[in-house]
Amino acid sequence: MLTSIISISLGAILTNNFIFSQFLGCCPFLGCSSKVDTATGMGLAVVFVMGLASAICWVIDTYILVPLGLAFLETLAFILVIAALVQFVEMFLKKSVPSLYSALGIYLPLITTNCAVLGVVLLNVQNTYNFLESVVYGVTGGIGFMLAIVLFASVRERIQFSDYPECFEGFSICLVSAGLVALAFMGFSGMKIV
Amino acid sequence: MNIKKQFVEGLTTNNPVLVQQIGMCATMAITTTLFNGVGMGLSVLIILTCCNVVVSAIRKIIPDEIRLAIFVVVIAGFVTIVDLLLQAFIPALSAALGVFIPLIVVNCIIIGRAEAFCQKNPLGPCFFDGIFQGLGYTCVLILMCVFREFTGSGRFGGGLIDISNGFRFTLDGTGAGIQIFPSEYGASIMNLPFGGFITLGLLLAVMQYALKKSAKKKELAERAAAEAAALAEKEADE
Repeated sequence: MLTSIISISLGAILTNNFIFSQFLGCCPFLGCSSKVDTATGMGLAVVFVMGLASAICWVIDTYILVPLGLAFLETLAFILVIAALVQFVEMFLKKSVPSLYSALGIYLPLITTNCAVLGVVLLNVQNTYNFLESVVYGVTGGIGFMLAIVLFASVRERIQFSDYPECFEGFSICLVSAGLVALAFMGFSGMKIV
Repeated sequence: MNIKKQFVEGLTTNNPVLVQQIGMCATMAITTTLFNGVGMGLSVLIILTCCNVVVSAIRKIIPDEIRLAIFVVVIAGFVTIVDLLLQAFIPALSAALGVFIPLIVVNCIIIGRAEAFCQKNPLGPCFFDGIFQGLGYTCVLILMCVFREFTGSGRFGGGLIDISNGFRFTLDGTGAGIQIFPSEYGASIMNLPFGGFITLGLLLAVMQYALKKSAKKKELAERAAAEAAALAEKEADE
């Protein structure tokens, strides 16, 4: 049990990082990584929502969809759950933890269309994880996302001052440098818990 | 005329990936063989066209505040249909694309087009918009697949083309493709995530270069035309 949880966390954070090896969540990764503080805010919001979404979607899938034979509606149900969850979390934070709410700010609503969130929920079903494993996968996947986006934001802050060909401006140079960061993350790929 | 303009926009000047820069996750993730690229591209094309038509048809009766939720439900419905059809009829494609088929739900291209185009336009243009934007997306996927497959394993058309028994297309993903040079000489790193990032980055750079060049050309032509007109006016005055 413990080994499976450790290996899931290690995989989600390093070896199978959501961004650098599975390409989940690239849009916010490129969109919100121009500054380290915004990247941290986005990362925190994603950790939070991914953990919660994994837990709730696991319960809904196991106790509602599968017993009723409605497993083919998973995609539809999950995206609605995520959208509602994000909305609910936003209202809750606004009321009771305003400091966290203002820190996360506009990143919360953006998470609905983050494919890492829907991706982690679908992968939980595909890998037939149990409740604890699903939650761990969700939270550590979010931590992996946060690690990637914060690291990459610091790379991008330095790109601003470097000299690159004019036609590489914007996303283009970002993608090339993201490729190099992905190459660095490949160094983890041999790691395994036996 | 308008259709022609939409065609050009979808494929080049307003290409979803290269110019609008949306929907990049799947673009980088699945472009390892031509089979995946064409399959994903066509799936998105079909879903995009259906969603465009439906969203355009109901645009006048949906309340503005909950439009995004309604779009998402429409999209998720069509994605589920395509997902189940693929599982039934092309299981190899379904297995190769894995989680990226259901993830079309959160692909920004579809919700982006619904929000930016279909909300304001009638059925006809929306239908063609879906087809041409989808085609633009498919073309980008094909370009990336061809480049990555060639540099990565020296192959063309993996999964889709089989030449062992005469040239034919394999729709079950079993074709070995055309080997152009032995695969051990390929840079296998292009098949890894790194290759996806780099290829899309270079493609974006090429596109920006081309757009900038054509804009400059247009500006020069316009200036020349304006000068000629001014000259003609002067001559007429004299």
